[in-house]
Amino acid sequence: MENPDTSTSTSTVRRNSKRPKYSKFTQQELPACKPILTPRWVISAFMLISFVFIPIGVATLFASRDVVEIVDRYDSACIPANETDKVKYIQTPGDKPCNRTLRVPKRMKPPIFVYYQLENFYQNHRRYVKSRNDQQLRDSKEANSVSGCKPEDYNNGSAIVPCGLIAWSLFNDTYSLSRNNVPLNVSKKDISWKSDREHKFGKDVYPKNFQSGGLIGGGILDPNIPLSDQEDLIVWMRTAALPNFRKLYGKIEVELQENDVIDVALGNNYNTYSFNGKKKLVLSTTSWLGGKNDFLGIAYLTVGGLCFFLAMVFTVVYLVKPRQLGDPSYLSWNRNPGWH
Amino acid sequence: MKRYAYINDDGSSQELYRDNRISNTKYTLLNFLPKNLWEQFSRFMNQYFLLIACLQLWPLITPVNPASTWGPLIFIFAVSATKEAWDDYNRYVSDKKANEREVWVVKNGIKKLIQAQNIRVGNIVWLRENDEVPCDLVLMGTSDAQGLCYVETSALDGETDLKTRVVPPACMGIDAELLQKIKGVIECPSPDRDIRRFDGNLRLFPPFIDTDVCPLTIKNTLLQTCYLRNTEWACGVAIYTGNETKLGMSRGVPEPKLTAVDAMIDKLTGAIFIFQIVVVIVLGVAGNIWKDTEARKQWYVKYPDEGPWYELLVIPLRFELLCSIMIPISIKVSLDLVKSLYAKFIDWDEKMIDQETITPAHATNTAISEDLGQVEYILTDKTGTLTENKMIFRRCCISGVFYGNESGDALKDPELLSAIETGSPDVIRFLTIMAIGNAVIPVQSKIGAIQYKALSPDEDALVQAAAKLQMIFVDRTANILEIRFNGRTIHYEVLETLEFTSDRKKMSVVIKDNNTGKIFLLTKGADEAILPCADAGQQTRIFTEAVEQYSQLGLRTLCFAWRELMADEYHEWSLVFKEANSTLVDREWRIAEACQRIEHDFEVLGVSAIEDHLQDGVPETIETLRKAGINFWMLTGDKQNTAVQIALSCNFISPEPKGQLLMIDGKTEDEVCRSLERVLLTMRITTSKPKDVAFVIDGWALEIALKHYKKAFTDLAILSRTAICCRVTPSQKAQLVEILKSCDYRTLAIGDGGNDVRMIQQADIGVGISGREGLQAARAADYSICKFRFLTRLILVHGRYSYNRTAFLSQYSFYKSLLICFIQIFFSFVSGMSGTSLFNSVSLMAYNVFYTSIPVLVSVLDKDLSEETVMQHPQILFYCQAGRLLNPSTFAGWFGRSLFHAVVVFTISLNAHAYEKSEMEELSMVALSGCVWLQAFVVTMETNSFTILQHLAIWGNLVAFYALNFAFSALPSSGMYTIMFRLCGQPSYWFTIFLIVLAGMGPIFALKYFRYTYRPSKINVLQQAERMGGPILSLGTIESQPRTVEREVSTLSIAQSKSRSPVYEPLLSDSPNTRRSLGAGGTFEFFQSQMRLSSVYSRNCKDN
Repeated sequence: MENPDTSTSTSTVRRNSKRPKYSKFTQQELPACKPILTPRWVISAFMLISFVFIPIGVATLFASRDVVEIVDRYDSACIPANETDKVKYIQTPGDKPCNRTLRVPKRMKPPIFVYYQLENFYQNHRRYVKSRNDQQLRDSKEANSVSGCKPEDYNNGSAIVPCGLIAWSLFNDTYSLSRNNVPLNVSKKDISWKSDREHKFGKDVYPKNFQSGGLIGGGILDPNIPLSDQEDLIVWMRTAALPNFRKLYGKIEVELQENDVIDVALGNNYNTYSFNGKKKLVLSTTSWLGGKNDFLGIAYLTVGGLCFFLAMVFTVVYLVKPRQLGDPSYLSWNRNPGWH
Repeated sequence: MKRYAYINDDGSSQELYRDNRISNTKYTLLNFLPKNLWEQFSRFMNQYFLLIACLQLWPLITPVNPASTWGPLIFIFAVSATKEAWDDYNRYVSDKKANEREVWVVKNGIKKLIQAQNIRVGNIVWLRENDEVPCDLVLMGTSDAQGLCYVETSALDGETDLKTRVVPPACMGIDAELLQKIKGVIECPSPDRDIRRFDGNLRLFPPFIDTDVCPLTIKNTLLQTCYLRNTEWACGVAIYTGNETKLGMSRGVPEPKLTAVDAMIDKLTGAIFIFQIVVVIVLGVAGNIWKDTEARKQWYVKYPDEGPWYELLVIPLRFELLCSIMIPISIKVSLDLVKSLYAKFIDWDEKMIDQETITPAHATNTAISEDLGQVEYILTDKTGTLTENKMIFRRCCISGVFYGNESGDALKDPELLSAIETGSPDVIRFLTIMAIGNAVIPVQSKIGAIQYKALSPDEDALVQAAAKLQMIFVDRTANILEIRFNGRTIHYEVLETLEFTSDRKKMSVVIKDNNTGKIFLLTKGADEAILPCADAGQQTRIFTEAVEQYSQLGLRTLCFAWRELMADEYHEWSLVFKEANSTLVDREWRIAEACQRIEHDFEVLGVSAIEDHLQDGVPETIETLRKAGINFWMLTGDKQNTAVQIALSCNFISPEPKGQLLMIDGKTEDEVCRSLERVLLTMRITTSKPKDVAFVIDGWALEIALKHYKKAFTDLAILSRTAICCRVTPSQKAQLVEILKSCDYRTLAIGDGGNDVRMIQQADIGVGISGREGLQAARAADYSICKFRFLTRLILVHGRYSYNRTAFLSQYSFYKSLLICFIQIFFSFVSGMSGTSLFNSVSLMAYNVFYTSIPVLVSVLDKDLSEETVMQHPQILFYCQAGRLLNPSTFAGWFGRSLFHAVVVFTISLNAHAYEKSEMEELSMVALSGCVWLQAFVVTMETNSFTILQHLAIWGNLVAFYALNFAFSALPSSGMYTIMFRLCGQPSYWFTIFLIVLAGMGPIFALKYFRYTYRPSKINVLQQAERMGGPILSLGTIESQPRTVEREVSTLSIAQSKSRSPVYEPLLSDSPNTRRSLGAGGTFEFFQSQMRLSSVYSRNCKDN
């Protein structure tokens, strides 16, 4: 340690050179806006919100109500009355036809979307949701990459394409619709995402060893059609986040009139009976907000209403019991002389 | 254990003890990695993250990519390790500099220049004037014929005056040449840290035959880091070297300081961890039940048959990993980042730059700024901290005439000057005593200027003042003093010096005027020691009044008296005195008795008043910080009187009739115990009244109290808002800090000298004044400032802002982690209790690292109140103390908020994106956007002042969120391909987000408004007042309080004359026995004018 005199002087010199340059940032003096919650400001904010929200709520509710939707639950209805063991029935090979009749409640403008709806079906299950291999789906050279696909990865030692539980459990009920005995064309084209067809599912990837093992899960794929054209599979592989979900089956491009009767010839193949899952056939038009869903409208109206209510309450309180902001008498050290 | 140092023995005996290498480093190159990792992993949070990261390596259970934990973890560790390595490297460099300094050492009989680190025990080290002592030495020889040398010990004990050290009798008079060959052995105790005590023995070997063993005391030593002054050369034998020196031993290993906020965060983390375990167990059980009842039926899941361990282990562990984000990994990085910014703000602060030396404040420890805002006790050193340690002669009263007044010093008083002109005999005598009645050594430099080397600053001030008044003390050669007065040169011969002792409280010199041959006794000392000895015929009332008046002004007073001695009387007395001086038994008492025989019948000349100049703004600083609810303790090595005096003048114990100053004294256990109990009783009685009490204790009583009555003393410490501890050693200072810390108070120690280093290191926050006593304290301290008054700004502005900001930042960090975690938990309920993660790895990592960290980081710029408002209302610091802004109950609020927001986000996004829109990736992005939007608004709502940077960070972050996700959505290989584009094209997405924000923020905003307006905290009130424009409040009650020292002191009335401040006592006296008591049960009334939160009150509030 050096002589204190020199150390002091050298350090002074050193520190001099380190003397900070004044700036508003270093001095924490950047110009700042300091909002304050005045009653007027807050009440008008709540008012404004309610004035914005209530119309939005009404608009969305109307949009939702405009959507015409036909929902037909057919899972139990499609089991012959004399069958006691539904699971055994559904697992029996062979066609299990079923006819349903739908009545159009209101004019439906095209495009009309045909969905199948599954309930209590956990596509988001941990074992299920990851049981796929995106590389294999995309690239024909990667046919052997089946990591993550267990237990549907190999069949007798050769890789399954597409592998994994999701593909294996492909939904395979079929619907053919007819109006007044005239078949309604349900277009299966472009029901999946364009990006999926173009980038996620290869044009030269063909199904291999699919559903050829001991236990057959769901739908069977035509091994001569590339995956990018297997739109049902592509739709199915977009896993749903919720146990109740709808997936697009096809589109009807003609207008349906009120009171039209639609006959549906169903191929009831998919087993939801072992876990009491519901199956529904849904025909729905669409609005600018999507399908029929009142939630947003109701929520907007509720929040808007609450904001209006709060604005009213605050106004009343403000008028009845005005309170001076920043009154020093609220500072206890000013109020209580005993603290001095 | 004893150690033997063989002088000049270059043989094997040297190897017994270590060399003189000083090492303050914590790591070596080899042990850095393991030791640093070990230290980092001693923190619970780090262990937790390591465990999680390891578990994530198991693909069976991990819901996300392990990189999402390993990446941040490794980054965090690398940052901390780099910082540690850098700090340690700097320590290494400064050690190296000290170790490689070159000193003259005798090796193998030859004097050589070697590096300081190569000094071995037994070597003789030669020092020249102004050299620093490289290790602890026993003095063997000096240039002085009488074997004296002067050292400056400020680095060691903080006292700046020179101290004399003397060669042990056995070595007295040995020639410098011979010293190189001297042989002998020094027996001394094993190294200890007591810098006031050394008990050794010296025995010289032939040819230096001295049959007797020569005892050695601390007076014979030169300790490491002292400086040799006023002595041409000195040499000594190394006895303790390297880190084994007294200083090295007392240095103590500074423990890394953990702030209260850190401790609270650790506690909260622990609580969250327990909560997490509970959640994991519940989910684990539910998961097992679901698996057994439902999963087997879900044929498409193909649930395998697993062993029982699977159910017990894998499912809960999956949930554990899913919930691991509950504890935010980013919190440590964020906190480190903002803490270093707080430190930078301190370094940068223009208002804390000392304008004289242009030295800015500096935060050495960048990690503890929040604690500054939580300080409850300040322990301050006196000399150099409160005062400037510059004594200045201010006033005097000579023969009943008062010189000097409010408008000016006595030095400039025309009356005094004209009295000197005309040669008033009393004035001349007065000046003569000022000039020569002391032990000052004048040193004439080459250019003719005279510098004085004084043992006490008081004497220095007197001599300086005399010189300015034409009485110039020019030279001291042996016993002859030379004085120049008005151009004439006068010679005096010093016949005897009657040294100062604390019992006599005066010192005298007997001099002979060489011109006239007359003999005089010149005395100066405390008034109570001088005035009673005055000549019976003299009226001393005027001097009593003068002393009274001066001490009320906070000046240190000395009485001056003289008497002409008849030659006979002197010779007769001098025999008695000489005899007393040579007695072996009861020498001190005999000398005192001898002195008494001559120190009587004085003619009192006058009273001088010296000011130990208080630093600028000290009383204001203390008052402001008192109002902020901070308690002050003064710990000083000084005398009780001086301490009380200074305490009075700087508002420390401000004098008004409702306060009390209580004494704790006594020399024995019993006395101390009784006095302690009495004080405690008084304290307890007075706490119910609006009366403030302070206690005074001295080092000796403190020693006993700490040893035997620690509990009682601790009680006292809790009750007392003010205390003065005098004559305390550095380690006692540290002990006092320890006591307050053990009561769970946040302590700040401030000091400037080497003697404060331990206290500074012990305290939660150590502040060093980089002042006249060198930089030891500043180096050891966490913060160094130039002036005591900067403490206000350091605490009220920097400390308070830091605490507020950290309190928000840390709770917010938990909030956002809990939010995303709750959503994951809720999602478990709709995903078959299987532990699926709703969010993908990239989103989770980016959520923690980017989306939520950046907006909140700019809260380092947030100011809830302007600096001016805080300075005017220091009471607002109350909210920072005792963790009132960050504690389990405030945290519960944030916890509730995160739960509420999670419910909002989850319900709304699930219902709005139901059925055909419930695609996994999309839903996950909807929920994530909802969270990120809510974050932005939460930060906005919690921000009090928006600068451009805040807007940039908050809204820019949202933009960045979309930009980043668009980028991910543009990558065909990523799982999120096209997702964000699709979502942003849907009106329902925007309506959902809008709804989430309003539903989430509306109630919170309404609640905030309600509280803000109808249940405002004091912070809110001040915010409103400040922002409504207008003048800031009527501060009548605060402003009207007397502010200046003068006005307060003028109301002082001290009941007992004994307590008046007879100040003359040289600071140099090493024995702790020389305490003096202020009389039995000496209580005298003082008043505290400060705002008073009674102790009871502050305790209660601490629980809030």
